[in-house]
Amino acid sequence: MSDTRPLLEVSNLKKHFPIHGGLLGQVTAKVYAVDGISFDIARGETLSLVGESGCGKSTVGKAILRLYDITDGEVKLDGARIDNMPASKLRPIRQRIQVVFQDPFSSLNPRMKVRDILAEPLINFGIVHGRQELTKRVEELMDKVRLPRDSIWRYPHEFSGGQRQRIGIARALAPGSDLIICDEAVSALDVSVKAQIINLLVDLQDELGLALLFISHDLATVEHLTHRVAVMYLGKIVELTDRRTLFSKSHHPYTRALLSAVPVPDPTAPRNRVILTGDVPSPINPPNGCRFHTRCPLAFDKCRTEEPILRTVGTGHQSACHLTHAPGDQVMPVAS
Amino acid sequence: MSATSSSGEYLAAPVLPNVLPTPKERGKIMGFIHRHPTIVIGGTLVAIMVLIAVFAPLLWTKDPTALAPARRTREPSDLYWFGTDMLGRDVYSRVLYGARVSLLVGFSVATLAAIIGTTLGLIAGFTRSVDAIVMRVMDGLMSIPPILLAIALMALTRASVKNVIIAISIAEFPRVCRLVRGVVLSLREQPYVEAAIASGTKVPVIIWKHILPNTLAPLMVQATFICASAMITEATLSFIGAGTPPIIPSWGNIMAEGRALWQVKPYIVFFPAIFLSITVLAVNLLGDGLRDALDPRLAKRL
Repeated sequence: MSDTRPLLEVSNLKKHFPIHGGLLGQVTAKVYAVDGISFDIARGETLSLVGESGCGKSTVGKAILRLYDITDGEVKLDGARIDNMPASKLRPIRQRIQVVFQDPFSSLNPRMKVRDILAEPLINFGIVHGRQELTKRVEELMDKVRLPRDSIWRYPHEFSGGQRQRIGIARALAPGSDLIICDEAVSALDVSVKAQIINLLVDLQDELGLALLFISHDLATVEHLTHRVAVMYLGKIVELTDRRTLFSKSHHPYTRALLSAVPVPDPTAPRNRVILTGDVPSPINPPNGCRFHTRCPLAFDKCRTEEPILRTVGTGHQSACHLTHAPGDQVMPVAS
Repeated sequence: MSATSSSGEYLAAPVLPNVLPTPKERGKIMGFIHRHPTIVIGGTLVAIMVLIAVFAPLLWTKDPTALAPARRTREPSDLYWFGTDMLGRDVYSRVLYGARVSLLVGFSVATLAAIIGTTLGLIAGFTRSVDAIVMRVMDGLMSIPPILLAIALMALTRASVKNVIIAISIAEFPRVCRLVRGVVLSLREQPYVEAAIASGTKVPVIIWKHILPNTLAPLMVQATFICASAMITEATLSFIGAGTPPIIPSWGNIMAEGRALWQVKPYIVFFPAIFLSITVLAVNLLGDGLRDALDPRLAKRL
């Protein structure tokens, strides 16, 4: 491909939610849900965004979808900024970025038939005209997600969780999108169905050259389909690297803690778990210095005062920790 | 327990006795009656009342407004089924006519309040700037007891059935508005609404296709309760002389006029009161039944 520009570029994205309080509803505090993150996604690539609940990963997805207006930063699709685009001009953008949500039950309108659910984007983007063509396209979408064609006249409640998630994927495919944001798309499914849906996503990616932003809290799931992984903690990316590096030689203590929490099928296998104590600090009042220092087993003085920046520590590998060293850095003594 | 015998061969699975009672075979209609007895009872009674109101001119035995001083305060008999009042008017015919007024007021108020309340609720739920203003006004209206508000509004206008309907609607619609706004606030956060936005659906279409159909169930339930309370309010207004003009026999009017003779001729108050109670009970039963039947957690049984 001659076009080497990434499909989606996110730079220094910030989303702060104001908290209204008091008698007149004035802003009394802010939730720093996403506080300056940058990444990019190439065509046909899967980037996973992992982190604990409440770290802001879903907010990133919704900000890219323009379901939220962002506080600061830039989101570019094919080099053109979409974060400040007026709502009236968003349609062509919406056609290219679609979403699959976590809960297969609340993500489909219970009072609409599958055909109408899938027809909605087709009609909105003016892709098809006429009833027959519409039904034909909807049937093709059902083929793509391996659901029987004759089930398009049913209501969502007549399907199982996995089937509903397939309908959700079909809806996301309908406008011929380039990027699909999977917001915890398989977290609500049980293991065997989860595997089917992941395989479906991988197949569709091969078939259609889709880029995926796969938002998840589960590294074990991510391992099967991702190309690169960004680990988020409290509104920031702490480590970003390709899959192999992440699972073999990640640098950041938080990433290592997450990795050690991945269940191992063999109960007798020796495990060296990093147990984090305490909860994620409140994003209303994030800690000074490194945001992870309150729970980090390796934290030392510098971590409490100085915020580590995300820097390149290897090919395509970025990490934000005072203990990881870029090639050529002076090695610091590790305290505690 | 082991699945194999001592010789290692597999044993056939024992046939388990069926301990579950076989569900009774019921037809579609019988099944519905069995599942939702309140809807059936309430619905039947409401239907009877509606039929009575519609066919009142055929059912009544005397002109409900005809005065006959010579035969005042007759006890119920073959000729005067519910007796006559102090002006000699036939109570039976008047009660039937009263059904027309009560049901008209009840259904009109329910419809009017539902339309106004839903419109305002949708706007408030979707526009944050309007929300604060509209909801404070609703708080203001709701802080006044509906009956007092209706009395005050009636004091401003001429007594007529139309004005009674408008006054009670104004007193009742804030409840609908509040309900719809609450439902809209929760629905607009639903992933399917967000997915619709992401699919480029315009806001009016989202309201029409995604929000409104999902507010319908709670709205219908609320409307039945408003219908019942509007009938009581109408009777109260008429009873204290602030409602339907005395020339129109409504249940409240009949009771108000019979009140003076209540200790000697209780039937004048008794019959309209029974009709009012049964109708309000029926509408409330219907609303209760609908609430259970339309509850999304129970909807799968439908």
